[in-house]
Amino acid sequence: MKAIETRKLSKSYGDICAVKELDLVVNEGELFALLGVNGAGKTTTIKMLSGLTEPTGGEFSVLGRSKMEDIKPLINVSPQETAIAPNLTVRENLEFICGIYGFDRAESKARAAAMLREFSMEEVARQKAKTLSGGWQRRLSIAMALISEPKLLFLDEPTLGLDVIARRELWHIIEGLKGRVTVILTTHYLEEAEALSDRLAVMAKGRLIAVGTASELMAKAGCDKFEDAFVALCGGGAAV
Amino acid sequence: MKMCAFASRNTKEILRDRLNVIFGLGFPLIVLLLLTIIQSNVPQELFPLRKLTPGIAVFGLSFVSLFSATVISRDRSSSLMLRLYSSPMRPADYILGYTLPLLPMSIAQTLICFAAALALGLEWSVNILLSIAVLVPAMLLFIAVGLICGTLLNDKQVGGICGALLTNLTAWLSDTWFDVSLVGGAFEKIANALPFIHAVKAGRAAYNGEFSSIMPELWWVIVYAAVFMLLAAVIFKKKMKT
Ligand SMILES: Nc1ncnc2c1ncn2[C@@H]1O[C@H](COP(=O)(O)OP(=O)(O)O)[C@@H](O)[C@H]1O
Ligand SMILES: [Mg+2]
Repeated sequence: MKAIETRKLSKSYGDICAVKELDLVVNEGELFALLGVNGAGKTTTIKMLSGLTEPTGGEFSVLGRSKMEDIKPLINVSPQETAIAPNLTVRENLEFICGIYGFDRAESKARAAAMLREFSMEEVARQKAKTLSGGWQRRLSIAMALISEPKLLFLDEPTLGLDVIARRELWHIIEGLKGRVTVILTTHYLEEAEALSDRLAVMAKGRLIAVGTASELMAKAGCDKFEDAFVALCGGGAAV
Repeated sequence: MKMCAFASRNTKEILRDRLNVIFGLGFPLIVLLLLTIIQSNVPQELFPLRKLTPGIAVFGLSFVSLFSATVISRDRSSSLMLRLYSSPMRPADYILGYTLPLLPMSIAQTLICFAAALALGLEWSVNILLSIAVLVPAMLLFIAVGLICGTLLNDKQVGGICGALLTNLTAWLSDTWFDVSLVGGAFEKIANALPFIHAVKAGRAAYNGEFSSIMPELWWVIVYAAVFMLLAAVIFKKKMKT
């Protein structure tokens, strides 16, 4: 079974074609990076696959299911913008997500405690989320995506707004998920994406340009460095 | 128990917004106090507590709309909604999760209003409990109005529509500040077509023990509440898809 399969998946907003006839296959257990400059259609793709917006064309299946109500319990999303309940404490935020994914109180408490430990957030556990710094809010937002133990996890620019240390810690956590969870990741940090991902896809102007391992993409573009390959594939360089 | 988790979060989100709570509880109480002081200084019967208290209670409920609309519109404008929409919660979980916490809050607010009136000299009667029960449809109506406003409006508009317009409509058209029949004309017709005055009159009838006068007034409120609840559910479901 594939984690994700899309056939001609498309989304347009009026005249704007955000995603155009996307054919994408992601294997189970893969750490898959979705790359592309701003506006390439990465977030829109994630939104369609997680039921936040309906495609205007094409179809898709997630873990062999095509009905959103069957898919939702198996996935979780860390949206591009930090998504937390401002007046709840850090611990309450985590327990809240457990609750809406259907776990009972005892299970929710246990999971929240474990997640606080894993994300080194115990010291801020009793603090209201809105009083946290941007970096801590982001960390919480990602922990909230992980706590339901999804089979498929979407991380939309997870390291946005994190400092170097927090970013490294987060990459470390994401690395730890490899093999356990299928992860779809978007990021502008090409080095990390290259080092961590099993496979990568490059999107530009709503279209899928190339898919493969980092070395396959470099070979395709005829470049020795991944960043150069990315720029070449995006049609950048002299053209932009 | 997805709905319960969501309801519990909404309760916390509302009650921890101190300013909202202080304003929503405090403002009606101040009005109650002021009008009672005015009454004590004039010989005519302007604002007797037995008529005033149900009116202030209904006025207070208009702030419940403000609470619920504020939470919902804030949720909608934040990325938290993306997270909720991609979770396994169903439309009914949202609607009940937003509605249920507000019912005990509305009852508590009405209780506090009557308690304050008792302290100011309202005569105790078991009918007070009946009067509070009779106000439950009005509570549901104001909650539904909040749901609708929160679903359709942004943060600022909610402040204007629920915070200013609805509270004033409730105050002016409810027979609380002045006898609507003395104004007469179109004003009286409008007031009678809206549910606020009927909610207040039903509450008064209950307190006064005029039991046969309750239902004719209460029907208005029940029908309005049912229609607005249904409307809220439909609008919310529709909005969720986009
Ligand atoms: N709700 C929307 N309404 C109109 N246009 C949108 C909307 N969301 C995204 N777009 C457009 O779709 C394109 C792709 O956006 P997005 O998926 O956010 O790109 P990325 O995440 O790769 O930066 C952009 O041109 C963007 O302006
Ligand atoms: Mg994006």
